[in-house]
Amino acid sequence: MNTQAKFAAALLDPACPCPSGLKTWTGGDPARRFQVYRNNVVASLIDALADTFPVTLELVGDAFFRAMAGVFVRGCPPRSPILAFYGDDFPDFIGSFPPAAGLAYLADVARLEYLRVRAFHAADSMPIGAAELAGVLADESALPGLRLRVHPSLSVLHSRSAVVSLWAAHQGIGSLAQVVPSEPETALVLRHGLEVDVIEVSPAAGECIAAIVEGLPLGAAVARASSIDEAFDPAGVLGLLLQKSAITALIPSRRES
Amino acid sequence: MTKDIPCMQRSGGASVSRVGALPARGGLGLKPEHFQTILEHLPALGFFEIHAENYMVAGGPFHHYLTRIRSHYPLSIHGVGLSIGGAAPPDEAHLDRLAALLERYAPQSFSEHLAWSSHGGAFFNDLLPAPYHAGTLNRVCEHIDRVQERLGRRMLIENPATYVEFVESTLGEGEFITELVRRTGCGLLLDINNVHVSCVNHGRDPHAFIQTLPLAATGQIHLAGFAEDLDADGHPLLIDSHGAPVAEAVWELFRTVVQQLGPLPTLIERDNDIPAFPVLLAEARRAEAVMAALGDMAVTA
Repeated sequence: MNTQAKFAAALLDPACPCPSGLKTWTGGDPARRFQVYRNNVVASLIDALADTFPVTLELVGDAFFRAMAGVFVRGCPPRSPILAFYGDDFPDFIGSFPPAAGLAYLADVARLEYLRVRAFHAADSMPIGAAELAGVLADESALPGLRLRVHPSLSVLHSRSAVVSLWAAHQGIGSLAQVVPSEPETALVLRHGLEVDVIEVSPAAGECIAAIVEGLPLGAAVARASSIDEAFDPAGVLGLLLQKSAITALIPSRRES
Repeated sequence: MTKDIPCMQRSGGASVSRVGALPARGGLGLKPEHFQTILEHLPALGFFEIHAENYMVAGGPFHHYLTRIRSHYPLSIHGVGLSIGGAAPPDEAHLDRLAALLERYAPQSFSEHLAWSSHGGAFFNDLLPAPYHAGTLNRVCEHIDRVQERLGRRMLIENPATYVEFVESTLGEGEFITELVRRTGCGLLLDINNVHVSCVNHGRDPHAFIQTLPLAATGQIHLAGFAEDLDADGHPLLIDSHGAPVAEAVWELFRTVVQQLGPLPTLIERDNDIPAFPVLLAEARRAEAVMAALGDMAVTA
């Protein structure tokens, strides 16, 4: 192994001895000095995860989070220098991290936090106006074939846990004591202006929006939602997306009639 | 002895004239927590500096605020992820992202580090040291040539803060950087905190060491704070933490450099334990006061 390969291998593996070929001006042991690099690497990457997953950290406390993140960092260092998006597989890691097994909601809270970061940095896109939507909605026969393009920041998270309530309680919205973590919730995440919103929607509404994001026409999206809730009415979903400036284009069906 | 490799001509003037140069004044690292304060007050300041990688995102608030702040201030883009000092050539996808960012914000300066941060596909988020010898010199020259060629501009290379040295090194750091500058035509980002940190860590006299650097090629100065530790033998070990005010010893070195070189664009670097904006502004003002007292403010303006 060359100098850099030895150095790199020892950075992430605490069992690996200090690489050979290092020296200090006093002729002393360089191991303690090498430890500075090791600490910098691991601590700065844990800090990057703490920035992305602050509620996850609050839920388990600083010591638990840093220990868990440290295991992740050593096994899954970033593959890119763009650290804003480091940790996309951290939620899956949390879900299979035995010491966190008692916290069934933790991985989904982390998923929600990662979606928030993605939404925060997602591309900008101009919304359509209410008048344009109204014009298209006027022709009811064309609605089932209509496709909506939505804001790049938008995503839906279906959870078996009360992810929205847990997250909101850590923003000072509602009381953590009143949250029943095992209550399933569906989150809609999107950026509206410069702010990222986390909105609880019904599972059927979430399904409809997820289908729209996938590119399905409105008719098929509503059908998917109706399979969850027969009484599903898409008007509420369209109103919410419009209000949040989340509809960026309307693509009518190419078929005539 | 190493053979000179083909290098880019000193064509920086062409691109510099397109976007101008950073003013020889104080500047600050741009932090998201200060976006709104800056836009509300538009403080008198020479420039802002960003870390390139933080802005390699598609849209959202970072670009919203940077676009507005850029319309009021000169900008320095400082990369932390190119791994120029590494074994592998610069990642072309990363160079593409950098080129797009430079195109978008037309910064007056682009700089990177004499260090490596990636290996085998992993990114370590730290500025790691390289040995100094003919082989690494050739390689780093090739990397700088490639970066300057791809970006179509001259870059500045920053002297590192290091905690260990390599048995295999045959060149001094000053000698190594002097050759980099001579062969590639790049400039020097003189990090005076790094000079101090490295000199303490390696038992050198910083005033003597700094004279071994290619000071005439200095395009920008960095001032920062460090943390103090001890090595295994109880000798002081300084950590380049960017988490404290600029130390008096670093201010003293800065005065020496200003007396010698005149005023230069001077950044207060603070990335951790970030204080309120006025605290950082006061440090930038102090740098300007040093330059006003010791140099002619019009030298490079």
